[in-house]
Amino acid sequence: MSAQPGSTGRGSTRRGSTGLNTLSGVLAGIGLAAFVDETVFHQLLHWHHFYDRSTTDAGLVSDGLFHAFGFVAVVSGLFLFADLRRRRALVPGRWVGGLLLGAGGFQLYDGLVQHKVFGLHQIRYGVDLVAYDVTWNVVAVVLLLAGAVLTRRSRPGSRTAPAPA
Amino acid sequence: MTHEHHVGVDLLGVLGPLAALVGLVAYGVLVRRARGRGRAWPLLRTVAWVAGCVVATAAVTGPLAAASRESWTAHMAGHLLLGMLGPLLLVLGAPVTLALRALPVRVARRLSRVLRSRPLRVLTEPFVAALLSVGGLWLLYATPLLALAHTHAVVGLLVHAHVLASGYLVTAVLVGRDPLPHRRGTSHLLVVLVLALAAHDVLAKRLYADGYAPMTMSAMEQGAQLMYYGGDAVDLTLAVLVCLRWYRVGRVPQFRRALARPRIPTGGAGLARRSPLRSRSPGLPDRARMPRHHQSELRDTT
Repeated sequence: MSAQPGSTGRGSTRRGSTGLNTLSGVLAGIGLAAFVDETVFHQLLHWHHFYDRSTTDAGLVSDGLFHAFGFVAVVSGLFLFADLRRRRALVPGRWVGGLLLGAGGFQLYDGLVQHKVFGLHQIRYGVDLVAYDVTWNVVAVVLLLAGAVLTRRSRPGSRTAPAPA
Repeated sequence: MTHEHHVGVDLLGVLGPLAALVGLVAYGVLVRRARGRGRAWPLLRTVAWVAGCVVATAAVTGPLAAASRESWTAHMAGHLLLGMLGPLLLVLGAPVTLALRALPVRVARRLSRVLRSRPLRVLTEPFVAALLSVGGLWLLYATPLLALAHTHAVVGLLVHAHVLASGYLVTAVLVGRDPLPHRRGTSHLLVVLVLALAAHDVLAKRLYADGYAPMTMSAMEQGAQLMYYGGDAVDLTLAVLVCLRWYRVGRVPQFRRALARPRIPTGGAGLARRSPLRSRSPGLPDRARMPRHHQSELRDTT
């Protein structure tokens, strides 16, 4: 897929497409993480609360922005994905790398800034939070690292794709 | 006192359905005229328009409207129907395109002039349209305006009209197929969508947290959550429609795009890079492409 004849004519086009692969993956990853957060932790487990009396105004704005952005991110990310496939410019490793970066980035932002700095809500109530917080953020860092490694390994200059002319 | 209260209920309950009826009849007449001129009109657009009229009417009269004076859940359901779902269906009915096809040439020219006028150029800037819509909601829920609308019939009527009109405007600008003075690129539209829905979400959580002091109705927290998650459903639909248009326009074969724009910049990344909407500019339809000044004609017809 990464060495499609039709799409390798111009180096700059390929480079643009690898950027789009990452962008598409990151957007879908942010949306996916936001979706999992909402579905699993808010709706299924009921660990997270819709609102917590400690929430600051900045927390409300941040939550609103990310909540609204989550949907737009996943939709635009998937449409970009469809467009890359249509143009045979999809680089799967690059895209998955972006997905992990986006999901990890959102998770880390949610875990550190929204939960801790803004006090939007906690991961769970009535329990010792330390283990939950550490797990949450370690998972985020692991996702980020895996995404970074995948993205690096599938960059245009590496063995998976021909070097630009 | 009770007499005044009844007048208040009736004003919206009578004028609302009446406006819907006028909308339905006018649309039907225009479809007939367009067909009479041998110009097809897709059935789905008519269905969307009729559904939009029904949905918007359901928000201002009947059992839901009655319940919305007592409970926040019913109130927010009505708000979603009148300000979001109704406008979306009406926009999918593409009434302006229909009018341009069906009206006599002279009238259609005047309509297209209005479409390009300065006030409409300002109103159809997505940021302005979103501000009118969501800003109006902030005015409603963060000030005593809503309580005022419940006690004064005229205020209530104006508030409902504004919710519908501003909802229509912002939806038309984001996903409509009717001609606009200018249509912004996809990223521009998505940024506006995110900011508008974020402001909507923040308002919903504020209501959940602080309630609405000037007035007492039941089920505040459920109502606020309905507003929040209902907004999500609309957010998702609008995002899909905006992106779908981008995706479809991109289907133009490569060689034709190359002909249309010989020097495509290939370096950058992001949604704006291809920007097929801006480059193809789906502006006014042929009949609407008229010279800017028709003063003499304007004088003739008025």
